[in-house]
Amino acid sequence: MIRFVNRSLACLCAVVLFTACSSSDNGNGGTPQDQFDRQAMLTNWADNIIIPALADLESKLAVLDDAANSFAGSPDQAGLDQLRSAWLDAYATWQYAEMFNIGKAEELQYNFQMNVYPVSTTDVMNNIASGTYDLSSVNNQDAVGFPAVDYLIHGIGVTDAEIIDQYVSSADAAGYKTYLTDLTARMVALTGEVAGDWSTSYRDQFVNNTANTATGAVNKLTNDFIFYYEKGLRANKIGIPAGVFSTQPLPDRVEAYYGSVYSKMLAMTALNAVQDFFNGKAYGGSSVGVSFDDYLDYLESIQGGDGLAGSINGQFNSARSQMEMLGDDLSQQVTTDNAAMTRTYDELQKAVVLLKVDMVQKMNITIDYVDADGD
Amino acid sequence: MQANLNTYLQRTTDAAPLVVFRVFFGIMMLLSIIRFWSNGWIEKLYLEPKFHFSYYGFEWVKPLGNATYILFAVCGVAALMVALGYRYRLSIALFFLSFTYIELMDKTTYLNHYYFISILSFLMIFLPANARFSLDALRKGRAYMEVPAWAIDAVKLMLGIVYFYAGLAKINSDWLFRAMPLKIWLPSRFDLPLLGNTFMQQEWFHYAMSWAGMVYDLSIPFLLLYKQTRLLAFALVVFFHVFTRVLFPIGMFPYIMIVSALIFFDAGLHHKIISRIRHAGRIAGIGKSTANLEPFGVYPIKGWQRKGIPVILTLFFTLQLVVPFRYLAYPGELFWTEEGFRFSWRVMLIDKVGYTTFTIVNGETGEAFEVDNTDFLTSFQEKQMSFQPDFILEYAHFLGDHFSAQGHEHVQVFAKSYVALNGRTGKPYVDEKTDLYREKESFKHKTWILPFKDDIKGL
Repeated sequence: MIRFVNRSLACLCAVVLFTACSSSDNGNGGTPQDQFDRQAMLTNWADNIIIPALADLESKLAVLDDAANSFAGSPDQAGLDQLRSAWLDAYATWQYAEMFNIGKAEELQYNFQMNVYPVSTTDVMNNIASGTYDLSSVNNQDAVGFPAVDYLIHGIGVTDAEIIDQYVSSADAAGYKTYLTDLTARMVALTGEVAGDWSTSYRDQFVNNTANTATGAVNKLTNDFIFYYEKGLRANKIGIPAGVFSTQPLPDRVEAYYGSVYSKMLAMTALNAVQDFFNGKAYGGSSVGVSFDDYLDYLESIQGGDGLAGSINGQFNSARSQMEMLGDDLSQQVTTDNAAMTRTYDELQKAVVLLKVDMVQKMNITIDYVDADGD
Repeated sequence: MQANLNTYLQRTTDAAPLVVFRVFFGIMMLLSIIRFWSNGWIEKLYLEPKFHFSYYGFEWVKPLGNATYILFAVCGVAALMVALGYRYRLSIALFFLSFTYIELMDKTTYLNHYYFISILSFLMIFLPANARFSLDALRKGRAYMEVPAWAIDAVKLMLGIVYFYAGLAKINSDWLFRAMPLKIWLPSRFDLPLLGNTFMQQEWFHYAMSWAGMVYDLSIPFLLLYKQTRLLAFALVVFFHVFTRVLFPIGMFPYIMIVSALIFFDAGLHHKIISRIRHAGRIAGIGKSTANLEPFGVYPIKGWQRKGIPVILTLFFTLQLVVPFRYLAYPGELFWTEEGFRFSWRVMLIDKVGYTTFTIVNGETGEAFEVDNTDFLTSFQEKQMSFQPDFILEYAHFLGDHFSAQGHEHVQVFAKSYVALNGRTGKPYVDEKTDLYREKESFKHKTWILPFKDDIKGL
């Protein structure tokens, strides 16, 4: 019997060895056909979407900064118009960058310094009055970025003349000018830091971080993507103003509240950005690379399924059609016909279910960062 | 029958396997506590959350604030005392109580292997695992070389139940004929060296692993019992648990199972282990040793314990055999409703992802708002809450109480929930029209869980 046991053990060892050898043979013999190339996905995300979007944002913010400085130099209607259009251009581009809360952006809390709304007008006015402020402070996160600029170019007077007058002859005219240009300079600097990190060192680190761990690039960016869709887009842009999370609608919570005719356009842009990323569409181009849609197709080829990527795209499209029916000014939309807002919210919400339940299960990505033991 | 039973109860055997089991169990538990502590999990899992999910009937068991650290320290010290065999009965009871208290504090962290530790340590209270090679033996100057055979058989039976029931649970159509959830889990381990891009992506491998896992669980207790197959079985135990350790984040559990399986071996091995440890002790300069004690015969089980312990163990094992089948008392698919799912050795059996949101409604005015779960739950808690009905209900009550206390009137709590089970498309999980604030927790079936609308055949 001892011999039987020994022979069994020998067999077992042989099987293990054979397994190990044959798999290493496969490993060295080139990439098997049925394997999904996550690095190609990360490369597409980095090179064709994230880095170009950040580069574009950088240049749009440079234009905004120039416009702010020339307006501060001689505040007039032409300067204000130019400033507003530069702000809107940059804000639209920002919708393509906000979801990538990874690397330097995460470290700097970039999003919190660029687009926390509603802006605290009290904090803005206090900063302007005192003249001493630290724009990087956590306490100032609701007094900086696009929403603060929005307030300074749309909100500090009823008419354009009144607004311009604040920069010309009000007691705090100098303070307004300084604060405006400090804000745009800060946005340029932050974006430069984030974009610079991507183009120097972070890109390679990102592309090579293919491990399936909580800190792996695919996992992290998937979490960022879903979080952004749920919070940044669904809740912040539509749900919160529509009063989904409160007893009453909150029309003053829309994005770009002071220039409010832009709130729908920004939300539409964000939805396009989300869907383009999901499908791996190059920023500012039409070429399509590897992304979630292909990954889900690959996983369904193993696990079976009924076209989740198609369902998700279908749901994004339904949400878009619903959103298209809204007026340009979402703040006004909330007051006049909030039911249309909540319908849009409901369509956006259905996609959250597909992303957080079905996509997450297929990809087997842990949605939380507590690396507690499993069962 | 009666005579057979009496003969069995009087049978004695070498104490070494039980004693070695005690030493390794204590060491493993001490290491587990140290690992848990140093990973920062005490803070993350028990101190940071604002709200804790309780087991039905144990709502009074809550984390103790900063004293939670003391609780873990007590548990660790008790584990060390068990390993050393110092005031063993007291220390194993203390370990059982502190460990179980820890597990009862928040069911978010429920794992089958924590439950296993709890009931094993309860069982060990009644076993003379300090008979020899213990500070107790040194203290009393007596080393008992033999213990009742049932003392060792009890541990073997416990291990056997865990494996066998885990195997029974795998006899279902999802596991065997859809290779689920391994088909989800294995491909995601693409980053493993050698295996990741090859075997882990192959469908036949997912099926092979599913079937092998089932056969392994069902047969390993028997293979360990018979001398002829024991070595092979142990090799399989080591291979299987190391393999699962590589594949899944399961912490200390594999090592605990490997070490526990040693109890199936003949005493010769354990004598060798003891003399190795003694040798190491001598090198380390420990002068006193139970080796110098005059050996006594059988560890005496005295007084009420002689009849009492066999009765307790019979009750204990009857419960162990019955409890996993309590799910039969509930309608619906077990994997979907999870009514009777825990405490049943259903290990790594399902992959479930849920998304559950809550709406607070004023029953009079109809005014309503949605809750942001991240205001109250950690991401880990939210994940677990989203697909388990008892969590959903408990949290709904917490929200109802919270918003009532905030001054909201006529509070009703409704949930919208979607759950995906083993790769099926996410489906609505609870009745959106049920005011969960009015539903009470009980052992009865929860009628507001929507039907599964699919069929998983099997045990």
